[in-house]
Formats: sequence, structure tokens, C-alpha cells
Amino acid sequence: MSVNYSYRSRTLKKNLPRIFQYFVLSLGVLIIIVPIVMIIFGALKTRGEFMTRPYTLPIPLNWENYAKVLRMPVFWSMLRNSLLIMLATTIGVVLISSLTAFVFSRMKFPGQNLLFNFFTLGLMFPVTIAILPVYLIVRQIGLTNNLWGVILVQTSFQLSICIVILRSFFKSVPYELQDAAYIDGCNAFSFFWRILLPLSRPALAAVASLTMVASWNDLLVPLVLIDKEKLWTLPLGTMQFQGQYGMDLALIAAFVTLSAVPAIIFYIFAERQIISGLTAGALKY
Amino acid sequence: MKKNSFNQDVQTLAQKTGSAQRLQDRMTIVLFLLPALVFFSIFLVYPVFRSVYYSLFSWKGFGPAVDFIGLNNFKRILTDWIFLKAVGHGMLIVVLSLSIQLPLSLALALMVGRNLRGRAFFRTIFFMPYVLSEVITGIMWLILFNPDPKRGFINAILTLIPGLKAQPWLGDISTVLLAIFVVLTWKFFGFHMLLYIAGLQNIPLEIEEAALIDGVSKRQMITYIKIPLLGSTIRTSVYLSVLGSLQVFALVWIMTKGGPVNASELMSTYMYRFSFVRFELGYGSAVAIMMLLISLVFSLAYLRLVRPADYLS
Repeated sequence: MSVNYSYRSRTLKKNLPRIFQYFVLSLGVLIIIVPIVMIIFGALKTRGEFMTRPYTLPIPLNWENYAKVLRMPVFWSMLRNSLLIMLATTIGVVLISSLTAFVFSRMKFPGQNLLFNFFTLGLMFPVTIAILPVYLIVRQIGLTNNLWGVILVQTSFQLSICIVILRSFFKSVPYELQDAAYIDGCNAFSFFWRILLPLSRPALAAVASLTMVASWNDLLVPLVLIDKEKLWTLPLGTMQFQGQYGMDLALIAAFVTLSAVPAIIFYIFAERQIISGLTAGALKY
Repeated sequence: MKKNSFNQDVQTLAQKTGSAQRLQDRMTIVLFLLPALVFFSIFLVYPVFRSVYYSLFSWKGFGPAVDFIGLNNFKRILTDWIFLKAVGHGMLIVVLSLSIQLPLSLALALMVGRNLRGRAFFRTIFFMPYVLSEVITGIMWLILFNPDPKRGFINAILTLIPGLKAQPWLGDISTVLLAIFVVLTWKFFGFHMLLYIAGLQNIPLEIEEAALIDGVSKRQMITYIKIPLLGSTIRTSVYLSVLGSLQVFALVWIMTKGGPVNASELMSTYMYRFSFVRFELGYGSAVAIMMLLISLVFSLAYLRLVRPADYLS
């Protein structure tokens, strides 16, 4: 009896920290999930239900709010604008930052370090802080109320971090490879294009995912540069929509959920790339 | 070392193949750097200098700036108690982040650790809010914080606890910053946790094994081995947290617009208000320059004194 008892108390003692760990972590999961689930459920209720019983399960399911949002032409134009901006920005950032990173990791020229420090300036001037100066320039060029204005600004402010990430990745590609390629008659460009880039696919994917998330979620740049409803992006439109329909919470919930769906889908598929891009970027500081 | 020998190789090779090769290399360098240089000059460097110029004027944004007022804008900033309050709020958020948010992330990262079952699941969930936009997060929490317990979930929970009453969290001067800090923690602790998990993974397993053989307890393992070895990750996350708190804008703008009575005003909302609501672009420029200076001084000091950046070495 007593042996059995002490054995049991010992396993309990051993497992207690584990149980505590799982308890705390599950609590964390609840705190993250509950707000998200509540808004999804809220959108599945009628406006009246949302007011009278906001915390119950949405029974019966009411798809009217989602349908209403999906019938709005402005929702689709926002989705399209956001996608266009995201794609163009990502292509631009990946292209330009890999060219730059290549030069800083693989070539040698006077003033290199100074110039590289110049390129890392963007890390210290986030767009939130520089938005007014940027607005003035974009206005001067005449690109306000133009998706290109947003694309160019987002690209510029995403370059620094991507250059830093890609440079350190390019540096880790063995130099023997470059020697061999040059001996075989490659010039700098064909080494870059045919050997380095294909080898760097994981890093390029990380950089691209990082840029996509940043561009997709950006509110400030479109908010400042765009006021035509036709050109609204999802975050900008969601904010305007919330101001406009402030009373109809169920409809707002549907709108918010639907505008979050692309981000969540993307996150589920590209979690590894997003995470490796973010940690690489952060740890390179 | 490898690099040097390689560069010598390239040099001798270049000398042999003559100036044609060198010219080609130089062309490559120029062509490859050109796009980034153009983007940076147009959208980063030039605007900043332009703003320094405008910050010396009282300018509403239409027509050329003619009303030169010297450093008066800066004088006005430094004597405007709302701006000073905004700086104070920013510092409060930094202090709260460093003393609550980061330790919390670290503790959770240590719990998830190297080989807890369900590790990937926890990581996926905790990081999810980071991927949601600030707009969505803001609207979500705006609903949750509703002062009426019949509508706002947080108050509904609180009223279940005896002795607690529903609070207008976002409408009360004394609680609004705290409420915003809760949302910031909700959104960003997963990111810091991720950094710590990555850092913990970089600790060589041999060190932990050696320590175990020497008979260290779990607690000693954490305080004497894991946390000291996480030093550079912690310094990075502190840096990002401070820089990040300067950048908070959308969340606050959606939830409170800096109110009530400027109780949640941050430098970013202050600048936005003067620049894009009141269109005092001269004054806004001066505020932007102040923010740039603060960010620059902090970054340089931190990188020099506390955490030399990897990319500089």
C-alpha cells in the first residue's frame, strides 16, 4: 500500500509541472481564440440576435450578413486593390532586394560598407514615422489616388529588412560554387540568375511572405495616399465601413471576418515561410 | 579568410583577363544597385530633407511655403503638453512591454521549449494575431471592450466576479492606455515568443546535457543557462519592442483616435492629427522630424552600446 502510494505521489509530483504548463498554455490559446471565434459567430447572427444574446452559439446559422457583404461591389474592388498592391509590392521587393543583396554579399567595391549602412537606414525610419514626408513627395509626383503610389512607397520601406535578410543568406552560399561557376565561364549576372537565386528559394520565399503580410495589413499608406472609394484597400475599406455602419455590429463582424479570411488562409499555408522570414529579419538586427 | 583568398583570386584573375572583365563587373554593380538607390533616394532620403525644410514654415499645404517662422514649430512642440503627454504615453507602453509583455513571452517560450507535445499547435495559435491586420484587431477589441456587459465580452466576464463592476475601459482616462496595452500584448506577444523559441533552439543541446550531468535543477537550468544564453535574442526583442511602440498607429486610431481627452494620444496619432486632419503640414513636418530624431538616436545608441547589429560586423 504505502509503496504504491509513494509511487503515485512521485509520478504526480513529476507530472505536475507538465500539467501546469499545459494549463497555462491552454489558457493562452483560449485568450487568443475567443475574440476571433466570437467575431466569426457574431457575424452568423442577425442584428437583433447580436444585441440580445451576443455570447451564445449562432443557432440558427444566419448567412445573411456574409451574403450582404459579398454582394457589395466595393468589397470586391477592395479585395482586388489589396491583391494588386500586394503582388506588385512583393515582386518589386524580391527583385530589387535580391539584386542589391547580391552586390553586397558577392562583390567588392570601394565605399561598400558606407553604402550598405545607407541601405539599412530604412530599418530606423519605419513608414509610420516618415509618413508625412512621404506623403508630400508622392503628392508632388502626382501619385496620390493611384495604386502605384502605394506600391512604390510600400516597396521602398520594405527593402531594407529584405536586403539584410537576403545578404546574410547569400553569404552562406559556398564561395567554391562561385569560383567553379566563374571558371566555367559564368559572368556575375548568370551566376546570380542561374545559380544563386535557385539555391536561395527558401530565403526568397521567406522574404516574399514577410512582404506580403506587411503589404496586406498596411493601413497607413493607403489611408494617407488614397481617398477615392474605388481605390480603397481592405484595411482602409474595413475602417471606413466600421465608421459608416457603426451600429450594425453583426454586419461589421461579417465584414471584418471576410477581410481576415485571405490573411488566415495565407498564414495556414505559408506559416513556415512567414515565421522564418520574421525570425531571420529580427535576429539580423 | 575564405573571402580574402577568393578576392585575391578574383583580383589576379581580373588582372589577367584585363580591363574588359573589370568594366563588366563595375557595370553589374552599378546596374544592380541602381533600383534600390532610386527608391531610397526618392521615398526616404529626399522626403526627410524636404520635411526639415518645411518644418521651418507655418504651412497649410497649399501653394509654396512662404511663412518662414524659424524654429518656432519646434518650440511649440516642446511646450505643447499634449505632445509631451504623448511621449509619456509612449514611454509607459515601452515600460509595460518590457516589464510584462516580454517576460510573459519568454515564460511561454520556455514552456513550449524544445520538445513539448503539441508545440507546433501552440506556436501556430500564439502567432496568429500577428498576421491579422491592426484594423481587424482594433475593431474586434472595440466590440469586446464595449462598456455594456450585455454587449462587451470583457465586462460580461468581469461582472461574473463578485465585487467587480463593468468599466468603460476605452472611455475612461485612467484605463484607456491599459486597455490598449492589453490589445498590443494580445497581438504582439506571439512574435516575441517566436523569437525566444528560435533563440532557445540555437542553444547547443550539449550544453544542456552537460548541465544535467552536473545535476542542475530545472530552475537553475533556466536562470543560469537558458536566459544568459538568450542574451542577444532578448536584446533584439527589447530593441524591436521599443521601435515597435513608436510605430503603433492604426490600432489606437481605430479604437480611440487618441482620446478621450488625449488620454491615449501617441506621437504617431499626434502627428497624424496635425498633418492629415488639421493640415498644419509645417508643424506636422516638425513633429515628424522629432520622431525621426528620437528613433534614430535610440537606434544608434542601442546598436552601439547594447546590441551591435549582426549586419555591421
